[in-house]
Order: sequence, then structure tokens, then C-alpha cells
Amino acid sequence: MWNELAGGALIGIAAAILWLGVGRIGGISGVVANLFLLRQGHRSWSLYFFIGLLAAYPLYVYFAGAPVVQMTDNKILLVVAGVLVGMGTYIGNGCTSGHGVCGIGRFSVRSIVATGTFMIFGILTVLVMNTMMAGV
Amino acid sequence: MNKLMKMITPLLAGVIFGLGLLVSGMTNPEKVRGFLDLFGNWQPALMAVMASAIVIFSIAYGLSNKMKQPLFHSIFHRPSLTQLDARLLGGAALFGIGWGMVGLCPGPALLNIMTGQEDILLFIFALLLGNRIAHYTVGPAK
Repeated sequence: MWNELAGGALIGIAAAILWLGVGRIGGISGVVANLFLLRQGHRSWSLYFFIGLLAAYPLYVYFAGAPVVQMTDNKILLVVAGVLVGMGTYIGNGCTSGHGVCGIGRFSVRSIVATGTFMIFGILTVLVMNTMMAGV
Repeated sequence: MNKLMKMITPLLAGVIFGLGLLVSGMTNPEKVRGFLDLFGNWQPALMAVMASAIVIFSIAYGLSNKMKQPLFHSIFHRPSLTQLDARLLGGAALFGIGWGMVGLCPGPALLNIMTGQEDILLFIFALLLGNRIAHYTVGPAK
């Protein structure tokens, strides 16, 4: 519980630094689209943010050791999920960070609705998958 | 000075954001799926991540309403969309399904590139493909 609170606080602080420092919303799907769809004028901050994000990994490993990453190894599942996440975050203008943290933090109705929607669909997907697995 | 700070600010934000994801455990897909497993073996701890992140950001956002401009930039890029439309709902629904399937959202996916796991790269390539598909079928994001 304390790790989650502290981690969330760090995420909030990071988003606050980005907003108050350079006036940008810390949404990762936006960063991805800026970087890889080559959006002009948005690339430089996204690139520095991306480099910083990657740099956090060795820093964390140095102090706390390698983090646990448990994930399915089903390639089809990984590809389908990746495509859906890529499409959905692009179409819906945001993900857990842009809508879930920054959007709700500024009391945006759009973001509150988006977050509710992706949470519900995430919960239903896990429910359906677990039910199917239990049935096999 | 401003030019340097325009580099350092997003870089620092990226590092802190990444540490937050790692410390909270958001980078572990099974933990995320456990959080979404509301009707099974629900692990609610990740709610605390959103709660503390939202509280802190909302304070910063409130502060920005009293500022003319950000510290190192000329304007606040405030999101301009306000409509609840099919794009928002459809996009969020697709994202939710993909998120539930594997337990990876874009931030942790990018960060996990550093683990060197090939499956993460596969997911990222698929995500970028999804971006393109959406861009060329549904249309460019506003």
C-alpha cells in the first residue's frame, strides 16, 4: 500500500513538473504519438521525457534491484492487445496517465468518462478471459 | 537558460514518472490484471497509485490557474476538447480491452523496453501499428 501511494505521488509530481515547467500534459500515449507519428512541434519535449522514462529503469535497479515483470508469453494475445492499446489510446486521445491522472486531476468530464470506460472494459476483459480459462 | 530548462524539465519529469511506475508496481502486468480482476481475486492496492497521483496533479493544476504562463514556456497547452463523442468512448473501450488482455498500458510498456524482453518489443511494435491503423482509418487525433 505504501509503495503504491509513494509511486503514485511520484507520478503526480512528475506530471506537475511537466505542467508547471513547460505547460504540457503528461500523457504517455500522447508522447508515443508525438514521437512515432512524427508530429511537428511536439517532438522535443516528448523525446526528453521518453529518455528520462527509460533512464528511470537502471536508476531503480541500482537501488532496489530488478522489478518483477510477470506477463503472458502468448504472442497472439500480445499482438492483439498491443494493436488495441495503440488504436484505442490514439482514437480516445489518452490512456491511464493523460486521462486517468492528469485529466481527472483537472476535473475534465471527458477524462472522467474515458477513465470510467477503459476501467469497465478492462475489468470485463479480465472477467471474460478468466471465465473462459476456468471453463477449459 | 529557458532553452536548457525546456530540455531538463521533461527529462526530469520522465525520470520521476518512470520511478513512480516502478515503485508502485504498475510495471508488472500481472499486478495490473489483478487490479482489474474485480470479480475474482481482486487486488485493490493500485487504486492508491491513481489516488495520490490525481491529488498531487490537481494541486499543481490549481496552482497553474493563478499563473500567466509555465515557468519555462510561453503558454499552457490546455486540452481543448470538451465533447463526449463516439471517438472518446470507442477509443477508451478499445484501450480498456487491450489493457485487460495483457495488463500493459503505454507508460509501463515503454519503460519495460529496458528489461530487454522480446515480448515487450513485440507489444510495442503492435502498439505503434495500432497507432497507425487508427491514424489512417479513423483519422488523425485532434
